[in-house]
Amino acid sequence: MTLKYDPLNIVVCGIGGQGNVLAAEILGSAMCDRGCRVAVGETYGASQRGGSVMSHVRVSNQWDPSVLIPAGEAHIIIGFEPLETLRIARKYAGADTVTVYDPRPVYPLGVLQGVQTYPPLEELQAEIGRLSSMTLAIPAADIAMEAGDSKAANIALLGAFTQLPGAPLNREDLEKILAQRFQGRVLEINRRAFALGCEAAGKGAAAHG
Amino acid sequence: MTANAPGQVCLMQGNEAIVRGAVEAGIHFAASYPGSPSSQILGMLGKIARERGFYAEWSTNEVCALQACCGASLANGRALCIVKQNGLLCTADALHCAAQHGVKGGLVIVSSDDPSAHSSTNEFDSRWQALSAGIPLLEPTTMQEAKDMIPYAFELSEKVGQVVLVRLTTRVCHGRGNVTLGPLPEGHRPLERVKEWDRMVCVCYMHGPALQKLEDLRRCFEASPFNHYAGPEAPKKLIIAGGTGCLYGQEALRRLGGEKDVGFLALGTLWPLPEDYILRCLRPAEEVLILEEVDPFLERAIQALAGREGLRLKFLGRDGALPQTGELDPDVVTAAVARLTGAPLPEKRPTGELELPVREMSFCAGCPHRATFYLLKRAMRQEKHPGVVVGDIGCYFMAGQSAGQYAYQVCNCMGSGVNVAEGLGQLTNYGLDQKVVTMCGDSTFFHTILPGLVNATYHNANMLLIVLDNSATAMTGFQPHPGTGLTAMGDAVKPMDIPKILDAVGCKVEVADPFDVVEAEKTLRRLLDQPGMNVLIMRQPCATLKAKERSKKPVRVYVDQSVCVGDGCGCDKYCSRVWGCPGNTWDFKNNKAQIDPVTCVGCGVCAKLCPSGAIKVEGGEEA
Repeated sequence: MTLKYDPLNIVVCGIGGQGNVLAAEILGSAMCDRGCRVAVGETYGASQRGGSVMSHVRVSNQWDPSVLIPAGEAHIIIGFEPLETLRIARKYAGADTVTVYDPRPVYPLGVLQGVQTYPPLEELQAEIGRLSSMTLAIPAADIAMEAGDSKAANIALLGAFTQLPGAPLNREDLEKILAQRFQGRVLEINRRAFALGCEAAGKGAAAHG
Repeated sequence: MTANAPGQVCLMQGNEAIVRGAVEAGIHFAASYPGSPSSQILGMLGKIARERGFYAEWSTNEVCALQACCGASLANGRALCIVKQNGLLCTADALHCAAQHGVKGGLVIVSSDDPSAHSSTNEFDSRWQALSAGIPLLEPTTMQEAKDMIPYAFELSEKVGQVVLVRLTTRVCHGRGNVTLGPLPEGHRPLERVKEWDRMVCVCYMHGPALQKLEDLRRCFEASPFNHYAGPEAPKKLIIAGGTGCLYGQEALRRLGGEKDVGFLALGTLWPLPEDYILRCLRPAEEVLILEEVDPFLERAIQALAGREGLRLKFLGRDGALPQTGELDPDVVTAAVARLTGAPLPEKRPTGELELPVREMSFCAGCPHRATFYLLKRAMRQEKHPGVVVGDIGCYFMAGQSAGQYAYQVCNCMGSGVNVAEGLGQLTNYGLDQKVVTMCGDSTFFHTILPGLVNATYHNANMLLIVLDNSATAMTGFQPHPGTGLTAMGDAVKPMDIPKILDAVGCKVEVADPFDVVEAEKTLRRLLDQPGMNVLIMRQPCATLKAKERSKKPVRVYVDQSVCVGDGCGCDKYCSRVWGCPGNTWDFKNNKAQIDPVTCVGCGVCAKLCPSGAIKVEGGEEA
């Protein structure tokens, strides 16, 4: 597999319960199947309890990468929520980072309780743009609901991911994995969400770069 | 996991790699109590146990697990015990006795540590237990090593007749990497009848032989395939790494360009140390950086070794070059390696000024604990003097944060609540005029609450124990426990009845449903006013478990914004601000409450609490 960088580093970030870990695992398996050295690091102590969650996916043709990406070394960021995307971009974005994310805010409890403030969305998005060499905002949760289940937002984002420049996997690679992983109604919904995610990215409606 | 395909490469989680290693080692027996980050191991073993012809159980606690493994070992079975750092400490007495009496069939303990406490209340370092008990200690760096170390550990255990400890950390357990499968054994080694003069008895005169085993192991480790050195023949600068720090260190050297000049010693056998092997690298060195997770375990041991040999070295490690607490990561390791080599650090890019709110963990949407702690806090506030609440370990540990309205003042370890409350409860007869309440989950109840319950009841402490019965070991992923009627291998058995146990112990017991807020509050207040040992069972299944099992669509809960008074309501945004369910959000545009339909599971409790009756419940199956 040709890699734009070696190791190639991808961060998947969001909130516990959004399917972040599964998305990272699907990416990792697909790249392992292609014969690469893969490492996936998952931070999911808080996975079902609304905390910030991130997974690191690293792939190399030379050596075993560690499961965590050094600061400033992410090449692709897949974000499930704008605040979490910026949190990750601040630490991990570097000279050439492509960011694909869902711009739908999910308010932290501290914000709902009035003890913290959620920054204005446009300012969040502007900073994500400044930190990335290219960004793509994909309404993944809306796409997933259109596909039949809000839980498929992760798969919609994976669809969009395959359309990014420098993406190590293409549409067919991931479609193959989806067919292996899911069946019946869930597979149908995921296929729809995946295709809609690819299309949304192809249209590049909200792309800046 | 059970494919006999030697040479096949798979992407495996560290926990899966341990399972595969156990299958390749041909284990006869596995026992564990769930604890993150290694909870998945026994769950997976339970699913394949019958197919592979071994026994696997979720034990009631870690002591049961380890001692059951000792039994299996006496019959020459290979036994695997899986714990987390706190669980290993629970077994301390059993572990030290086992180390003294030794083992027959291999006995391997896998203990998973949680540096930075991602899913723990502490970051205790398991390795000291190996030093203290005098048993060998291994630690893998990669998922491949995690798999390969299990058969190796069983061979060592049987070679010298000693328990072997394999230490994992979160980044190995929850990380994934390439693993090349090994061959599976054909059939099981037969068990051996226990002979009249077989002995596994802890007596003091076994102390000397136990120390001799360590010396034999040290010699084995001098040639262990899990220790590697790379770099110049006589390095002036040396890095010694055990565990996850190894890959971070190698990568940092590559990035900073020090591979040619700096020696790198990766150790997989951490105790007893392969002293000669280490000294060969250490003698020419002037400066040594030690990379390890949590405590300066290797650092102290290698300092002692250097001191004994009269070597004058500068040590960098957890005492300054690296932070004293928290897990290693590529960035702290890169900074430490830069300090060793004198290379400049990569520049940091400036980031924006926006202040980003943190995302605090909370109970899940529809969690019954939220309702229980709401009721408890309400009842305590209405007392003349606010009472004392004693916490315990489970999802409800979060009740100490805003999720549970900062419910408790003290929390020690798992199973401690009833004992701490007993102490306070006794003092209510000596001038302490406060109500004393504690809590435990249903799994914790069986794990360690039972002896404390007997103690508090026998001594008639004035207290209330709330059993948060959600029919699950929810925090770690819904493992069965004695109250569930299921075993790790999927057998249906007779569940233990908590009210009957309480009744037999002789305490006063009542059962309430926290979602029935009016009745539950009455029961709670009645028990608070009653002297002696009282138990309230708050029974309502875990929302996540229920959502998994639900066949019909849940009810729709929504806010009628024409009824919601918004900011002006006297409730002061109770639903989103205090109640704190992730499903109750705020519509900042209209300044009214709203429900997030993606998150809400339809428990409908917020509808019962809204003073304006603006939250509506419609159709479907109630959670």
